[in-house]
Amino acid sequence: MTAVMKLEKVVRTYVMGDQTLRALDEVDFEANAGDLLAVMGTSGSGKSTLMNVLGCLDRPTKGRYLLAGEEVSSMSRDQLARVRNKTIGFVFQSFNLLSRTSAIENVELPLLYGGVPTAERHRRAKEALEQVGLGQRLDHKPNQLSGGQQQRVAIARAIVGRPKVVLADEPTGNLDSRTSIEVMAMFQRLWREGMTVLLVTHEPDIAAYASRVITMRDGKIRSDVKQEPRVADVEEAA
Amino acid sequence: MNPLQILRVAGRALMRNKLRSLLTTLGVVIGVGAVIAMVALGEGARAKVEASFASMGANLLIVLPGSVTSGGARGGFGSASTLTWDDLRAIQNELGSSVAYAAPQLRAQGQVVSEDTNWSTSITGTSPDYFLIRNWACTDGTTFSKSDVEGSNKVVVLGATVAENLFGVGVSPVGETVRIKNNPFTVVGVLARKGQSPMGQDYDDATFVPYTTFQTKVQGGPQKFIAGGIFISAAPGQVSRAQEQVSALLRDRHRLGEGADNDFSIRNMAEMASEQQDSAQTLAILLASIAAVSLLVGGIGIMNIMLVSVTERTREIGIRMAIGARPRDILLQFLVEALTLSMLGGVLGLGLGIGGAAIGAKFGWPTEIQPEVAMVAIAFSALVGVVFGLYPARKASQLDPIEALRFE
Ligand SMILES: Nc1ncnc2c1ncn2[C@@H]1O[C@H](COP(=O)(O)OP(=O)(O)OP(=O)(O)O)[C@@H](O)[C@H]1O
Ligand SMILES: [Mg+2]
Repeated sequence: MTAVMKLEKVVRTYVMGDQTLRALDEVDFEANAGDLLAVMGTSGSGKSTLMNVLGCLDRPTKGRYLLAGEEVSSMSRDQLARVRNKTIGFVFQSFNLLSRTSAIENVELPLLYGGVPTAERHRRAKEALEQVGLGQRLDHKPNQLSGGQQQRVAIARAIVGRPKVVLADEPTGNLDSRTSIEVMAMFQRLWREGMTVLLVTHEPDIAAYASRVITMRDGKIRSDVKQEPRVADVEEAA
Repeated sequence: MNPLQILRVAGRALMRNKLRSLLTTLGVVIGVGAVIAMVALGEGARAKVEASFASMGANLLIVLPGSVTSGGARGGFGSASTLTWDDLRAIQNELGSSVAYAAPQLRAQGQVVSEDTNWSTSITGTSPDYFLIRNWACTDGTTFSKSDVEGSNKVVVLGATVAENLFGVGVSPVGETVRIKNNPFTVVGVLARKGQSPMGQDYDDATFVPYTTFQTKVQGGPQKFIAGGIFISAAPGQVSRAQEQVSALLRDRHRLGEGADNDFSIRNMAEMASEQQDSAQTLAILLASIAAVSLLVGGIGIMNIMLVSVTERTREIGIRMAIGARPRDILLQFLVEALTLSMLGGVLGLGLGIGGAAIGAKFGWPTEIQPEVAMVAIAFSALVGVVFGLYPARKASQLDPIEALRFE
């Protein structure tokens, strides 16, 4: 079985003045279908950089990145856009919703760029919002939603195109513990439905819900552990 | 994304900064307005000239005494005495194949007095052929006849404006008496209305008397020279031949040796039309320069605002790219936004231009607005939008997604 995502000696350096910083230092990594993977590590260890590379938002300085067997570094900008649109769903720590744009329109956006016809687009966006429990908030703008609700809109947007992989950079970083568990329950459901989910977290409590945990330090993966995930139960958190 | 969706996104982005958007369009508004006014003016001048062709007859030649000076200007009407009555008769008798009619035109300004009132107008002495040359018939009564000319009869044909001012609308003055230079003249006819010349002069503000009578009663006695000009109607299709033959005949009769300048000038309608268009052209050039400068400034304004907009919305661009917008989607979005701005300016400019043309018309400039000007407005504003919107849009589309997302 080929890995969904595979990094081979990937380096990402930042040059600032006369200093170069290796945010990713020859990282070898594979994510397989069926992983619910938590990325941990201290601040500045390169977690976000890793996610951005995996999400085709950023390009490695050196090394190879194979997404579903395909070399990413040789892709054109249009092909990358297509990958971001169809194959990957990205959830940002800071939500990154379009302001002054309703929840449903935000969720429709990937489908819009994917060329899905209006009626179907609307139906699927509504479905995705219902999935994250926001069926009653379709026309709310981001500034009319709570942080947790905004994060759920962002998740709905990430999954509406039924991507193979969902990448989430600290999806619970801005949320209280109860809402965090709700969000994790959502990721677990997607994972059980067959999506590969990678998420960055600082909190061991959150990492406990994953089936695999990798830990980063100084741009390298220091440990990679498989575990039995704890089942996210919203009632338990209450 | 389909065009409608792109347009909606663009519209919404512009609505967020209504005042800014409106101010940005100002340059294009003025530019397109000037273009519209320019077109209206050009069309108006052309239409007027066409109308004057129709009313003067395209076959008309006018022979004037005196030469054309180096600058192309000529002296006053009939300022020199070189054309004789014998010249006129020679044209009439010897050039039958190319000249259909030839008539003298003597002219003076004077008071025409009726019983109740008086009117200052032009008095023209001529022959009955003159009315054939100018294709001008009476709506009331008749023009005077050859025997009126031979008998130096005191008869007068009135232009419609003169008839109205002396006798009122709808009153037939035929048979009435008017006084010109203290001589009683009998009104024999009123001419059909011809309207205005391209220079705004009223053709109908004129009176016509036999040239013999004109000489004795207005000029104070017969003269050897024609103190005016000769109107010639060339035979159909013979305008240039007639012009050549008249010129050759007059040179011969005036004994002008080879190399000597003409002591007369012959003008045809094409020349007169171009003179009439010249003044309209001057204004058109002025408007064209205003248009060019405003469109340039307007375009730069749009470019500037679009660059600001791209910077302000860098994060938005990053988000759109992160979820699958291709560079060309972003390019199109910002280009359509620039286009919407400039076309909005175009529509407002169309209104301004039409308004400006209407004001111009009030000041005596002939203008004509045709539906096609809407196309002109759209074409110019679209051009400005594309030319000046392309750079900011390209800049937006070339942003790196991760850089754009990090942008504060
Ligand atoms: N755009 C950038 N320019 C320069 N250096 C950068 C940039 N982005 C990240 N870095 C550096 O790269 C290293 C890794 O950053 P990264 O954002 O991946 O860390 P992280 O593990 O996500 O940290 P955190 O937990 O605080 O989010 C850090 O030392 C950071 O300073
Ligand atoms: Mg980070």
